[in-house]
Amino acid sequence: MSVGAPRIDVTVAEVVQVNDLIKRFRFVRTDGGPMPTFSGGAHVVVDMDDHGTRRMNPYSLMSDPGDVSGYEISVRRDEAGRGGSLYMHRHVTPGMAMQISYPVNLFPADARAKKHLFLAGGIGITPFMSLMAQLQPMGQRFELHYAVRSLALGAYVDRLRDAYAERVHIYVDEKGEAIDLKSLLSTQPLGTHLYVCGPKGMIDWVKATATGMGWPKNTVHSEEFLAPPVGQPFQVELAASGKSIKVGAAQSILEAMEAAGVDAPYLCRGGACGQCETAVVRCDGHIHHHDHWLSDDEKASQTKIMPCVSRFEGKALVLDR
Amino acid sequence: MTKTVFEKSIRSRPVYDELQPRPGTAHLCVADGEGAEAVCDLFAKAGTAAAEMLARSHIIYVPGPTGTDLFAKVQALGAAQCHRSPSFWAAEPRLRKVLADAHMGLQVYLAGTETLIGLAQRDVIEAGLPHDAVQTEHRGSLSRRVQCVHCKGITENVTTDPFTCSHCGLNLFVRDHYSRRLAAFQGVNIDAEDPGTVPPAVERFK
Repeated sequence: MSVGAPRIDVTVAEVVQVNDLIKRFRFVRTDGGPMPTFSGGAHVVVDMDDHGTRRMNPYSLMSDPGDVSGYEISVRRDEAGRGGSLYMHRHVTPGMAMQISYPVNLFPADARAKKHLFLAGGIGITPFMSLMAQLQPMGQRFELHYAVRSLALGAYVDRLRDAYAERVHIYVDEKGEAIDLKSLLSTQPLGTHLYVCGPKGMIDWVKATATGMGWPKNTVHSEEFLAPPVGQPFQVELAASGKSIKVGAAQSILEAMEAAGVDAPYLCRGGACGQCETAVVRCDGHIHHHDHWLSDDEKASQTKIMPCVSRFEGKALVLDR
Repeated sequence: MTKTVFEKSIRSRPVYDELQPRPGTAHLCVADGEGAEAVCDLFAKAGTAAAEMLARSHIIYVPGPTGTDLFAKVQALGAAQCHRSPSFWAAEPRLRKVLADAHMGLQVYLAGTETLIGLAQRDVIEAGLPHDAVQTEHRGSLSRRVQCVHCKGITENVTTDPFTCSHCGLNLFVRDHYSRRLAAFQGVNIDAEDPGTVPPAVERFK
């Protein structure tokens, strides 16, 4: 997908304040038709016109995949972020016209699994809402372990308990409760797949623990969308399009390319999917990669870059774009 | 015996590596014939951790298709459980039971002929582990389990190419095209256009 890719014209049907930090948005098609079907774990990129600044943030779909009358996302307000979540919280109201991408799934349920073990931290609950809604009627085995800071900030705890009863386990940080990960992972039947979505520290902890206990790589799935980090402005030469662009302090290379009219590929815009991978023609300096896509060797070689989240420091960076 | 070297082939053709000890809560080894030596090498590589690993290991062994029986060697390792069956088919109910009772964290090591590796891997996949979660090492005979794509009958221990289907009698050319689901290579009729014109059989899979 790229800037020129087809989008869905939608109307904001509903905005619900879920708790102090989280708002839920429901989008329906402006032409009244059904939304494209999606699978649990999918996300869309929401296009925002923030008073002249174009923001495109990925959000997991949390509604029932069986419901094609609309899509729902939940957005956690991030005061320290670049402004996408603040825009959603402050300026998006029912009736507003917006554009979203077609759904893309980088975090699907593995159909080979005998059982699905879901681990969520905070707002990382959203992809599991659609995953569980999809798996429940199929009679699939799953259970959810959901860590929240406090019950007041635990989005959808009641709804989840009502829908899935004893399959839902809640851990409240404030009460000193924590997932007993080693016991949990050592008692899972063969064929269980593990899925984790939440803060980086939680994802790293779960993946490292599972690997250490002998869980095969392809049975452990994670999703974390990174917000493009802010930093010092820098200059990038685009060899294929013959342009020289300046990447602002709060801008990503991808956004700077789009602003310069260069049609660059992307899907997740958060360093996860690999779609925007670009060859580095020349690099005189240091690339701050930030992404989850390139291998450590690829990162060290400085021959590839993920323009959605990577930044640069040095004399010259020339990309094949 | 040294590690078997296979010629590069199509993507479908299985490839094998050397067994390496991996962290896990339990260890399951299934081997036939000369595969016993790969299992012994595996525990040798574990070094000082071998005793602890053996205490949580279950070894299932069957003699190879050419009669090689090195059970005494694997038995001498001193694994928590070590079982010999006369054939894979006799061992399969045990294998399935072990997998059904297992938890995540189990490491699976398969060693020996392609037939043993393929059949055991099929049971492991059936139990829910991804196919690439299983470690495999080839040792011993190269004989193949081949499915006739015409009559669907399976001929075991095929050593020559072409060979005669043991079910329908067609002359079959043995392809590297492999099915993980069937744990078998494909055999395709070689004289369909010109019946009777069959190249001489060559012993390719000794």
